[in-house]
Amino acid sequence: MQSNHHISLTHVRPFGFKERGFKRSLLLIALLVIVLLIAIFFTLVVGSLPTIKAFGFSFAYNRTWDPVAGQFGALPFLAGTLLISFLALVISTPFSLAVALFLGEYYKRGVISGIFKNIIDLLAAIPSVIYGFWGLFVMVPVVRVLEMKMGILPYGVGIFSASVILAVMIMPYAISLSRQVIQLVPEELKEAAYSLGATRYEVITKIIIPHTMSGLFAGILLSLGRALGETMAVTMLIGNTVAIPTGIFAPGNTMASVIANEFTEATGKLYTSALIEMGLLLFIVVTIINMIGRKVIRHLSFDEYKDVKK
Amino acid sequence: MKIKQLKTKFLFISLVSLAVLLTSCGGGSADKQAQGGSGKSLIGAGSTFTYPLYSKMFHVYHQANAVKVNYQSIGSGAGIKQLQNKTIDFGASDAPMSDEEMKKSPGAIVHIPTCLGAVVVTYHLPGNPVLKFTPEVLAGIFLGEITHWNDPKITALNPDAKLPSLPISVVHRSDGSGTTYIFADYLSKVSPQWTKGPGRGKSLNWPVGLGSKGNEGVSGLIKQTPGSIGYVEFAYAFQNKMPVASIKNKAGNFIAPSLTSTSAAANVDHMPADLRVSITNTDAPDGYPISSFSYVLLYKNQSYDNRSEAQAKATVDLIAWMIQAGQQYSEPLQYGKLPESVVKSALTILKTVVYNNKPLL
Amino acid sequence: MAEKTAQIGMDLIYRRKRKNSLFKTAVIVFSAISTLPLLFILFYIFRQGIAAINWQFLINLPKPVGEPGGGIANALLGTVLIVLVAAIIAIPIGIFTGIYLNENRRSPTSYYCRLSVDVLQGIPSIVVGIIIYEWVVRTMGGFSAVSGSLALALMMIPLIVKSTEETLKLLPYSLKEASLSLGVPYYRTILKVIVPAGMGGILSGIILSIARVVGETAPLLFTAFGNPYMNANIFKPISSLPLIIFNYATSPYNDWHQLAWGASFILVVMVLILSMITKLIEKRWKIQY
Repeated sequence: MQSNHHISLTHVRPFGFKERGFKRSLLLIALLVIVLLIAIFFTLVVGSLPTIKAFGFSFAYNRTWDPVAGQFGALPFLAGTLLISFLALVISTPFSLAVALFLGEYYKRGVISGIFKNIIDLLAAIPSVIYGFWGLFVMVPVVRVLEMKMGILPYGVGIFSASVILAVMIMPYAISLSRQVIQLVPEELKEAAYSLGATRYEVITKIIIPHTMSGLFAGILLSLGRALGETMAVTMLIGNTVAIPTGIFAPGNTMASVIANEFTEATGKLYTSALIEMGLLLFIVVTIINMIGRKVIRHLSFDEYKDVKK
Repeated sequence: MKIKQLKTKFLFISLVSLAVLLTSCGGGSADKQAQGGSGKSLIGAGSTFTYPLYSKMFHVYHQANAVKVNYQSIGSGAGIKQLQNKTIDFGASDAPMSDEEMKKSPGAIVHIPTCLGAVVVTYHLPGNPVLKFTPEVLAGIFLGEITHWNDPKITALNPDAKLPSLPISVVHRSDGSGTTYIFADYLSKVSPQWTKGPGRGKSLNWPVGLGSKGNEGVSGLIKQTPGSIGYVEFAYAFQNKMPVASIKNKAGNFIAPSLTSTSAAANVDHMPADLRVSITNTDAPDGYPISSFSYVLLYKNQSYDNRSEAQAKATVDLIAWMIQAGQQYSEPLQYGKLPESVVKSALTILKTVVYNNKPLL
Repeated sequence: MAEKTAQIGMDLIYRRKRKNSLFKTAVIVFSAISTLPLLFILFYIFRQGIAAINWQFLINLPKPVGEPGGGIANALLGTVLIVLVAAIIAIPIGIFTGIYLNENRRSPTSYYCRLSVDVLQGIPSIVVGIIIYEWVVRTMGGFSAVSGSLALALMMIPLIVKSTEETLKLLPYSLKEASLSLGVPYYRTILKVIVPAGMGGILSGIILSIARVVGETAPLLFTAFGNPYMNANIFKPISSLPLIIFNYATSPYNDWHQLAWGASFILVVMVLILSMITKLIEKRWKIQY
């Protein structure tokens, strides 16, 4: 009774307690997400201490990976990861840019663009294993024929095949961001250009693309972040040869796929630890890429489009 | 402004410490079996190679004895690790545990062989001729020293086969596997260069070739690549009707892989008492030289943690059944049957497994 | 002279027009090519999968190789159970984090939280499996469905956070102001006005995140573990569709490959249905302000 009375009297600071409690629990949950990440980071660091002690920085630039002799170096995997991610970006960018323009400029609404959007979303939804299966059974034989025509060893699997499938897999991410920034270009700017007699092509190359450059770049960076960590499909297609790739049709290996390939059979502290350190390294690389991407997007949303944003 | 910065700093420090707490908590308070177990359900994990056989055996065992055995093929290395972490009742591995692994385990572990497996050499050539290899030629190919199919060393062994001048592309497993271990173990025994080079292990630093995941990955790549050569499990090659090579064994006979020649490889006189042994390059004159035991692993002292006697008894009973009545299921699935002598020694080992110092069998 | 200039002018216009239509064609052609992979993939899975599917396949337990009539009932139940528990764990955390980020757009905590979400999303799934194994499986002393759920939840959280934040960002500020000015407390404004207004987007984000994790194999290997028998106890090992696809596809037997294709087909159909539901929700509950 007493307390009820008390509450009705403190109407000056309405709902204060519940209010703060709610805000605090929101903050707590947001902090929990950060804590989770830091905890993951520490778990990985603790797990990789044995190799860090044994090899130090040479782990990152040593090119020998010999589980039998206990020699571990990550360079071939780093090289393979960067190479396929880069190639995947090169392959996917023209396509994702085309689709982004298609959806963001040419056909903003309507049946066709609806179908297109669905297809792009489905591309993102297909499980990685299934991309791998399909790549192995359908794409690899085609690549092999191509390689035979070119007179190189017809492996079929390798850097090239892995990059192509990876390009398909990361496309949806680049498209969704690019489409958004393209739609954010102020209508007045475009109309001004049209009224001066510019063609659509000219509006796109002279207004839209320069205006959205940093946004497109961020889209590419974020899809790069996806590409780096992709595991199953790449593992099935890259050829899994521990060597620095000699060309785009050569087999290689990536950081994620060596973990997937060897973790279940790794015995011995150093071996397991080397694989965990590989995970840590991957984690760090992805974080850096994402941080740069974030920075770019932040600039974008807080400066350039401050006024335009809905 | 300053206060805000301080606040952020404080926030960050407290977050880090919280995270460290969480991490150490996860690693430290491990290793507790939740319940003693009623002996009605067992968990095993390890070898992928024996998964089809074990799933058949455990299916039959469940129908006869109402004991549910949950076996998962997570890989031999992972099976050993899970046993060491005591998350399972028994492990399964294609290769015996190394001395180092035995030392790191929290208790003595016994090895019980359950079946025999063979690793076969398969290839893709026009007309798929039946080929013969000596250990030297095999090592030469997988070391990358013999690079073409019409190399005189190969043609001398196979005068009847028409061998093209194709380059040899070697295909090997990319994932760590018992199959690779058996193959490398054999090559290490027959070739000094191999011992000096790649050596013995579940994953190797291969001098040549392409890696592919799993047996189906290797065989898929071989089927698609003319001029390729690789190694897979016998059951796999048999099921998929792949050409296999005969290998010259220690006694000097060229032996084609088969269930009989695989079982014969284990039929030798000087078997060590703990059966923790490699039988590649066998002395048996009719034995296929790239054969090996596959094991289940369990703790010798079953009264660890708060494990119940019923659970321990069920584990030992299951394994005793696998090496006796269970053997009839091996050959239909293309696994080598254990020879009588090995079953006898395995039972002797199983009788040393105790609960509170009492033997369980 | 004037004529010539006009001629050049006309030429220029034609050239510009040609360039324009050429570019448009290129955009359309490239866009069309982008859709081919999906069509190919779906065609292949459907062709292989439908042959393997029948009623027995859906209601039976797996059988050893060589015996006909093996099914995937245990894996179907397992997948549903694992994903359900994962969703129960991930949804509150994801939505509340999303609300926090939307309410505090520029605080340092938000910056680090957004960054964490991005990095969490980028962690390879096998690493997630290793982490949950260390944290949960070893602590609890055994494999369990719930540890698999935790691994999947860890992968779902970033997706839910992002979709929630994106959705709430689109709501006009006036909505919140109106509610607050009527004297509705802050927490009620959020829970009863803002969240329901963005329900469509949040819900579709949740379902999309389920669609993304339902096909994950690697995080389940060392957590949910698998189980050939029916199990509904979330503290015991449990089977799931991706796990049996993985096991059967890597076996030497054709019978089991067929089962793997059948299971893949079911998995793809599940993903497709979930995606369609997402679309329907988005359409019905489109934010219109």
